[in-house]
Amino acid sequence: MKGPGFLESIEAAFPGAVVGSQLEALDPWIEIAPARIAEVCQWLKSRGEPRFDSLQCVTAVDWLETDPKKAAKVSWQPHLEMVYHLWSTSARATLVLKVKLPRWSGDVAGHLPEIPSVAGVWRTADWHEREVYDLSGVSFSGHPDLRRILCPEDWVGYPLRKDYEMPTEYHGIRCR
Amino acid sequence: MPDLIEDDPRIIEFDVRTDEMLVNMGPQHPSTHGVLRLVLRTDGEIVSETEPHIGYLHRCAEKIGENLSPRQWIPYTDRLDYLAAMNMNLGWALTVEKLMRHEVGEKARHLRVLISELNRISSHLVGMGAYGLDLGTFSPFLYAFREREKILDLFEEACGARLTYSYITVGGATADLPPGWLQRCEAFLDQFEPIIKEYHALLTTNAIFVKRTAGIGVLSRAMAIDYGCSGPVLRGSGVDQDMRRDGESLYTGMYDGYAFEVAVQKEGRYPRDHSYPTVPSEAVLGDCWHRFFVRMLEVVQSMDLVRQAIDRYAACPEPLSEPLKLFEKLPVGDAYLETEAPKGQMGFYIVGNGTPIPWRVRARSSSFSNLSVTHELCRGCLIADVPAIVGSLDIVMGEIDR
Repeated sequence: MKGPGFLESIEAAFPGAVVGSQLEALDPWIEIAPARIAEVCQWLKSRGEPRFDSLQCVTAVDWLETDPKKAAKVSWQPHLEMVYHLWSTSARATLVLKVKLPRWSGDVAGHLPEIPSVAGVWRTADWHEREVYDLSGVSFSGHPDLRRILCPEDWVGYPLRKDYEMPTEYHGIRCR
Repeated sequence: MPDLIEDDPRIIEFDVRTDEMLVNMGPQHPSTHGVLRLVLRTDGEIVSETEPHIGYLHRCAEKIGENLSPRQWIPYTDRLDYLAAMNMNLGWALTVEKLMRHEVGEKARHLRVLISELNRISSHLVGMGAYGLDLGTFSPFLYAFREREKILDLFEEACGARLTYSYITVGGATADLPPGWLQRCEAFLDQFEPIIKEYHALLTTNAIFVKRTAGIGVLSRAMAIDYGCSGPVLRGSGVDQDMRRDGESLYTGMYDGYAFEVAVQKEGRYPRDHSYPTVPSEAVLGDCWHRFFVRMLEVVQSMDLVRQAIDRYAACPEPLSEPLKLFEKLPVGDAYLETEAPKGQMGFYIVGNGTPIPWRVRARSSSFSNLSVTHELCRGCLIADVPAIVGSLDIVMGEIDR
């Protein structure tokens, strides 16, 4: 969504919710404060044209450089980034929302970062958020049924984290 | 409860007191289209709850993609929707091209339309044949596979593979079509066109088929959008959306100058429905029959597009554009692109960080979202309708489990 004034209309409706944006990017995106994402999404879905009535994709990107040599050169701090791709069926427009999260809540390894679930806004998010929880390790508060979806329920770790280590064995099955 | 007609088996069900029980269907069940496991909570014949369990085919293809260059990942995209591998190749190639701001030549553009539409036909043929199997009729499957085999022969001639093609790649295609291929493709289309009538006689208008599908598993327009359904499942509910027309300009530009009409019912009429069997009176928009019929219309539509692409491709004087290097540096940034694969909208997301290996790769599959609606569709249906509903969604586990 590149329309002028769109960013301002979110800012006007939710003061302080927009914490950054990149409107010149290939897919222009708006960064939302973690705690506000669900209410902003609800508003985007119910507002006038363009009405973002559909959610295409929810995903998470783990920003962590595991190689210490390269890590010294990167310009960003380690974090997780949630990416929401919204779609308006009537206006045929897309909108990208991003949310920055810490890799672990309170920097304690094993404590998942938490973000409000948007499953109540679009039902698509139900399974997509379960997948993000399963593979990237993000906890969604208010999700109706948050459990692993692709990996077995007793799987340990979050495979799409950059520091994930594949287990050597799973129930007596050699993994590597 | 809805109005019950005289011979509805549910009437008997109400007279006899039964207990609830959990029935496990799959993952080896023949009509769950691969390793899908459904846990049904039933009371006699009536299903009250359906819970799909997925992940039996999970191999974390996205993680693999973070360790390979985009061109090296092309063979992995084959294995997402393995019945439409060309469309998967195309979706990924276009996403990478979007990130790299690369545009392919005219000839490659027409070749891509030609190949991906041909793959759409073969995918819908499997969908149709397998749907017949789900409903207990074996013969349409043989008819569908007879024609699909000819498409596979054409693909084999073009790229050497029959299922996992890796043909369309970043920057174009791996090789040009061999001499005489276009004529053989045209000959196939000429022979295939009259056969579609047979399919309609075998399934679309078959009284038993209509009874099993019409009015079953009705997916409302609002629910389809809310669950992120796409492709024939979405259009079967009357939503006029096709990424080939409505998507991003990078993708719709591929179809510039091509004439096609989106297969969706508008004001009670399907496009070109004058020459097709009429919609049975029992059918409700959004039911299994409509989803099936949209696929049948798309077979004809794709055939048309292939014909147009053959002419345009043959008229291109320049050589086919060369694929990009295996290890080409990706710019910093991210790109997301959805294409219209036969099963629905296939989205790929790529994050580049200045090296030839992407930082993050994501595949958003259409079957994943299409399957998530099963529990809504199966609520209150008969056990025998569960295969009819799941089959009408035309899912492929390869792209659900990734």
